[in-house]
Amino acid sequence: MTDSTTPGSDTTSLGSSRVKRGLAEMLKGGVIMDVVTAAQARIAEDAGAVAVMALERVPADIRSQGGVARMSDPDLIESIIAEVSIPVMAKARIGHFVEAQILQSLKVDYIDESEVLSPADYVNHIDKWPFSVPFVCGATNLGEALRRINEGAAMIRSKGEAGTGDVSEATKHIRTITSEIRALTAKTHDELYVAAKELQAPYDLVVEIARTGKLPVVLFTAGGVATPADAAMMMQLGADGVFVGSGVFKSGNPEARAAAIVKATTFFDDPSVIADASRGLGEAMVGINVSDQPAPHRLAERGW
Amino acid sequence: MAGRPSVSRNTGPVVGVLALQGDFREHLAVLSSLGADARPVRRPAELSEIGGLVIPGGESTVMDKLSRAFGLAEPLKDAIRSGLPVYGTCAGLIMIADTVLDAISGQQSLGGLDISVRRNAFGSQLDSFETDLDIPVLGAPPVHAVFIRAPIVEAAGPDVRVLSSLPDGRVVAVEQGSLLGTSFHPEMTGDTRFHEYFLDRVRAAQ
Repeated sequence: MTDSTTPGSDTTSLGSSRVKRGLAEMLKGGVIMDVVTAAQARIAEDAGAVAVMALERVPADIRSQGGVARMSDPDLIESIIAEVSIPVMAKARIGHFVEAQILQSLKVDYIDESEVLSPADYVNHIDKWPFSVPFVCGATNLGEALRRINEGAAMIRSKGEAGTGDVSEATKHIRTITSEIRALTAKTHDELYVAAKELQAPYDLVVEIARTGKLPVVLFTAGGVATPADAAMMMQLGADGVFVGSGVFKSGNPEARAAAIVKATTFFDDPSVIADASRGLGEAMVGINVSDQPAPHRLAERGW
Repeated sequence: MAGRPSVSRNTGPVVGVLALQGDFREHLAVLSSLGADARPVRRPAELSEIGGLVIPGGESTVMDKLSRAFGLAEPLKDAIRSGLPVYGTCAGLIMIADTVLDAISGQQSLGGLDISVRRNAFGSQLDSFETDLDIPVLGAPPVHAVFIRAPIVEAAGPDVRVLSSLPDGRVVAVEQGSLLGTSFHPEMTGDTRFHEYFLDRVRAAQ
């Protein structure tokens, strides 16, 4: 790139891994909120969101309305970029590299290759390395997270079950990922070969996790977070931050709930602050129990 | 369970890192590795114990909101006025600037540095970059600097010393009195010279 805003040094690089992963580092301890209009984006920024996810329908509506869910209209995404100063993310379908190319051309700050949309490829995910814009991808376990990182994901979010308001799957996925990481750190070097095979993950990444005890990218959690207590529990379970999808704007008082979830995420280990943040928020999203959802309607099973 | 970041108690100066949001753990790790007694700060009472403060990278609008909601902003302003050494990186630089350009409606800063700083001055994430910067006060070799949706210093008062600029002249590192600020993130690269420079100032202030 020869953009006039970039300094003209031989050692300058745009879109490097460090820069892509670095933005996620700056989002840590924060809440990323789904928004479907510029007005909602304004509410989210004013409430203390660290970034917004621009989309046409929140997962709860995608779930109830059915049909194929695709990338949002570029006009909608641009109106949200114009409205707020915090980073704007947008979703592409799994494997839909052209939707990703479009989102990069719109200058979104992060692309979510998301199981919330209908997959465009049931075999391959997007090769994310050639893009200058960073990607976040969902994962239900460590092997899936490492396969996404191997494809170039610069941030991982545990999937949970989007659009339900039921936090149980989010709990399961963040617990699975962190527990599998801990298990790796206890293995001897010769055990890591078979660990890589069992995780279906690249050996080099498995060795790195065993050595460092953490993912090489930031790990957020998502899918079913609806209350300040939900957010704080995800943080106590080891998440670096929280995505809230339908939970804010499907509730009775989005402004208050959004601000309360932000406070609970920062003071996740202080029950008195979380209690205060939980007062007088009005109705939470009604929600549906994941256990009532037949398997074909579970979004977390999309992605491989 | 994650809990609070575990930080070993070193015998060096007690340095706080504002831990409301952002990459505060990286700063805590660098400061600890240099022998400082580094502690996360989220409450006013925690300010009384520290001899210096780092404000990390992150989202300035969120840090501003939380620092006011939890009663930290006013004690922080008082501490800055009374000479507490503070080092702000990226969002932290915005927090200690007197004037913030392209702020959101109602956004406040702690102030102290007589500068005007522009948020997201380079554009979107696609314009984030890393580069080598000459920083005379740190000597050779150049510092490898990572700019992520970074701010720049657009105007600086007479008492502000410019520590580094990009080749096109835009100012990205400054100091004034006990305050130090950079648009970029030394906590991300393993080069500890900026943190050492700051710790020298903390020791000198004691």
